[in-house]
Amino acid sequence: MGNERWSRRKFVSRAGKTAGAAFLGLSFADFLAACGTSTSGTSGSGKLEIFSWWTGPGEKDGLAEMFKIYTKKYPSVTITNSVVAGGAGSTAKAVLATRMQGGNPPDSFQVHAGQELISSWVKASKMEPITSIWNSEGWDSKIPKDLKDIVSSNGDVWSVPVNVHRGNALWYNKKLLDSKSVNPPQSAEDMTSALSQLKAKGITTPLALASKGGNWQVQMLLENNILASGGADFYKNVMSGKASFTDSKVTQALTWIKQWLPYANSDSSAIDWDEADNRLIAGTAVFHIMGDWAKGDFTSKNWVPNTDFGAVPSPGTTGKYMIVCDTFGLPKGAKDRDNAVGWLKVCGSQEGQAAFNPKKGSIPARTDVPASLFDAIAQQFMAEFKTDTLVPSSAHGSATPPNFASGVNDEMGQFLQNKDVTKTASNLQKLSDEFLKTA
Amino acid sequence: MATASAQRVVVERLPKSRSLRLPPWEKITPLLLVSPSVILIAVFVYGFIGATIRTSLVRWNSALPDYTFVGLHNYQRLFQLERFQADLVNTVHFTAIFLAGCIVLGLGTAVLLDQRLRGTLFFQNVYMYPLALSFVVTGTVWRWILNPNSGVNVILDNLHLGFLKSGWLTDTHTALNSLGIAAVWQMSGFCMAMFLAGLRGIPEELREAARVDGANEWQLFWRITFPLLRPITLSAVIILGHISLKIFDLVYVMTFGGPGYATDMPSLYMWVATFAQFLYSRGAAIAVVLLLMVAVLIVPYLVWNLRGETEQ
Amino acid sequence: MSLLAPAATPSRARFSPMRIALYLVLILLAIFYLTPVFAIIITSLKTTAELARSTVWELPKTLALDSYSTAFTALAPSFFNSVFLVVPATILSATLGSLNGYVLSKWRFRGANLLFALLLFGMFIPYQSILIPLVQFLQGINLYGGIPGLILVHIVYGIPICTLIFRNYFATVPRELLEAARIDGASVIRIYRYIMLPISIPGFVVVMIWQFTSIWNEFLFAVTIAQTPTQQPITVALQNLAGSLAPEQNIQMAGALMAALPTLLIYILLGRYFVRGLLAGSLKG
Repeated sequence: MGNERWSRRKFVSRAGKTAGAAFLGLSFADFLAACGTSTSGTSGSGKLEIFSWWTGPGEKDGLAEMFKIYTKKYPSVTITNSVVAGGAGSTAKAVLATRMQGGNPPDSFQVHAGQELISSWVKASKMEPITSIWNSEGWDSKIPKDLKDIVSSNGDVWSVPVNVHRGNALWYNKKLLDSKSVNPPQSAEDMTSALSQLKAKGITTPLALASKGGNWQVQMLLENNILASGGADFYKNVMSGKASFTDSKVTQALTWIKQWLPYANSDSSAIDWDEADNRLIAGTAVFHIMGDWAKGDFTSKNWVPNTDFGAVPSPGTTGKYMIVCDTFGLPKGAKDRDNAVGWLKVCGSQEGQAAFNPKKGSIPARTDVPASLFDAIAQQFMAEFKTDTLVPSSAHGSATPPNFASGVNDEMGQFLQNKDVTKTASNLQKLSDEFLKTA
Repeated sequence: MATASAQRVVVERLPKSRSLRLPPWEKITPLLLVSPSVILIAVFVYGFIGATIRTSLVRWNSALPDYTFVGLHNYQRLFQLERFQADLVNTVHFTAIFLAGCIVLGLGTAVLLDQRLRGTLFFQNVYMYPLALSFVVTGTVWRWILNPNSGVNVILDNLHLGFLKSGWLTDTHTALNSLGIAAVWQMSGFCMAMFLAGLRGIPEELREAARVDGANEWQLFWRITFPLLRPITLSAVIILGHISLKIFDLVYVMTFGGPGYATDMPSLYMWVATFAQFLYSRGAAIAVVLLLMVAVLIVPYLVWNLRGETEQ
Repeated sequence: MSLLAPAATPSRARFSPMRIALYLVLILLAIFYLTPVFAIIITSLKTTAELARSTVWELPKTLALDSYSTAFTALAPSFFNSVFLVVPATILSATLGSLNGYVLSKWRFRGANLLFALLLFGMFIPYQSILIPLVQFLQGINLYGGIPGLILVHIVYGIPICTLIFRNYFATVPRELLEAARIDGASVIRIYRYIMLPISIPGFVVVMIWQFTSIWNEFLFAVTIAQTPTQQPITVALQNLAGSLAPEQNIQMAGALMAALPTLLIYILLGRYFVRGLLAGSLKG
């Protein structure tokens, strides 16, 4: 028997017939409510389904704030909040994939800026360009060009950035670091010596390391270090298949990780990033290299920025900003397209970003949101965001397609065990050959 | 139910007599009765296996289906992958410790319980209750016990046996064995049940006769009892062996394959490659390899069981 | 007949050093098997504040039920999802299995043995080998994502084991019973309805207990197919409870107990049927 039985065309026709049926994440009650209000088909009424994996404390609240703003503008639209929890978005991505393939897309969905969207759904012509919205809203003057480039391909823009997380940050227990009279490290060499000083002063595992949930945390170490050793241009080249992973700059990056590992906890595979944060709070570790969502975690545990903890760019990356950026796009065949366009405008608006980001712990993608809304570290990052060189993260889907990134995850998990720089570099190059050159 | 034979073989013997004859117009009824099941199994088992084989021969390695035929390329690539090579080694290693653990513990407990002591029933129930639990529950609990920061290491500290402490699930060298401990804990009761049923099927007269001939209990076990249990042992090896090849839940819950590839298995990698990395064709290729491994074990076993059936 | 019946009569010999040694071994083994339960109970009864490393194996100072209420709030919906999954899937797969078992033991047609072998093979396959087309198929008929799709899956893949157990059960029914019924003019279906079905109640008990336990505990299909948050069975929800950030051990353990309770109760109350299913099926993973 052949696969024709469930061919894609059939999916589409089937899904079309049952369009609007209660499907994933859409409860039956929501469905009925939506039916009740969708009598007129014009813009500004009906329903809107927004798909995301924002279920955590801060992020959920940020999303709710944006919904509030949307509802104020379009009071008769009923919003369906389709959230899929679990696995740092990987579950949600799998669910989204089945819906996109089934011709039953949500009206708009959360996606990391760049390749995560472009190498898959844009390439498959499942997305509508939003260039005209971008232009009519005048976002060119508000959102940095580097960021626009990440969400663009072939002269069109494909999604609206709502926030920017920083991937290259080093978090430290300020009181502990001060008490040991060690300065926050600036370069990778500084880091190695700081770690050895701290160990000599009685902290056996000064570096907190997490790798539970797919080793993406280690992949962040790698990309931050490549940025440090090779600079922004080399980083972009190697992540697009134009430079080799066997280059000495990559082996340098791996060597640094290898030098730091003896100072890290050995049970990284059993803990996730938030538990690594806890080690800083408990004082068993001093440093944690992690994205700025760690800040939200610290503050939620009543740790005060610049008093209890501090942050600097990850070693050797001063002046560079590793972007982890959430965006929303417009799938073809969205059932409530006009409402979705309104949603994208809220996402890109000053008001929307000012409401969303303080809750989420990120900084706005727009440069005109008042800094006074944010905490001290976010203000520091906002200032640096305006002047730093911006590069897209590979670990979080912007620089490279998902199948490459997941292969790197595997390699980095293995690297923690075998610490073999040459072999890992050559395996990374194999992944590059397989997934970056053809992309 | 004739205990000993029912456990040794999967299939109850049918009576020697032929089944009743039906007039021609009624012959269709039995076929109609089984037809829903036959159709479902034909589609969901054999049709789907065919579809999986097809997927393994094409170039579908993103979220979007791509049915470009690439022959055996995915298999070639698969066997070159460090992760899959590690999977194969892990499967062999895990199966060895799992089988050894279950059989030693299962046989040991069965022999102990066969000593006609008071309270046997209580101990029997205690040794078997893990079988009623899901691997997810087992994994959740053992993940805690084998967490270097909470569980068994604390006991060792308290007993001043700190030198026995280990990273358990977090150390590449001990992770697979730690996983094995949890798996043996859960499944050894199955082995025990099979052996116990076998032991109770051995006529007491046989052993009495040997005792009269001057055999001691030790000789009795190795010369009489154990040889009689051999077919049950073979069944247990095959059943547990195929469970071991398919082990998924426990790995997913306890380690998700880590640290590194230390506890990764083909069954888990298939799932990860397909549903997390969207490498559908690679996932399908792993699935086919896995199916072949299980078939090598199971098909002869089924033939062995069913032949006894038809010979009568 | 039943495995769980104690062997013959316990011998009356006085206690001897040998006997004491045997009991010692039995007790040590029992400790090994019971440690996880002990861990579940003491941990789940502690407050989060009491979870310090040095006291993890100590009894809780007070009986805190907070973790149970938290776990219950988090898992109750999926507990009932599992109930809604298990009940129809068990009944329907048992029904199909009993029809097949009846035909394959009593009305054998040409090729029945081959058919039976092909059916049985379906019980041993690694389900990974059908997972990709299964997902596509369920998407195609709009059953992907939740409990209804999972019910279908468990009915289908439960057919082989149910057929096997019923076939073995009906094989022991004497041919004379059927002959007599035929002479009275009963049709194939009437014989099933009025003779085989009533006498196969014990068979149904074995099969249904087996299916209930297997489906309740199943994870691979559940984690692949039923990912919609409101539609997860308890195994998936328990795992997600640990997967979410800041997992607290006391809550996880309370959740584990909740997930284990139904099958554990079945084992305690109906253990003899459970074991019969286990061995009759000799076994499915």
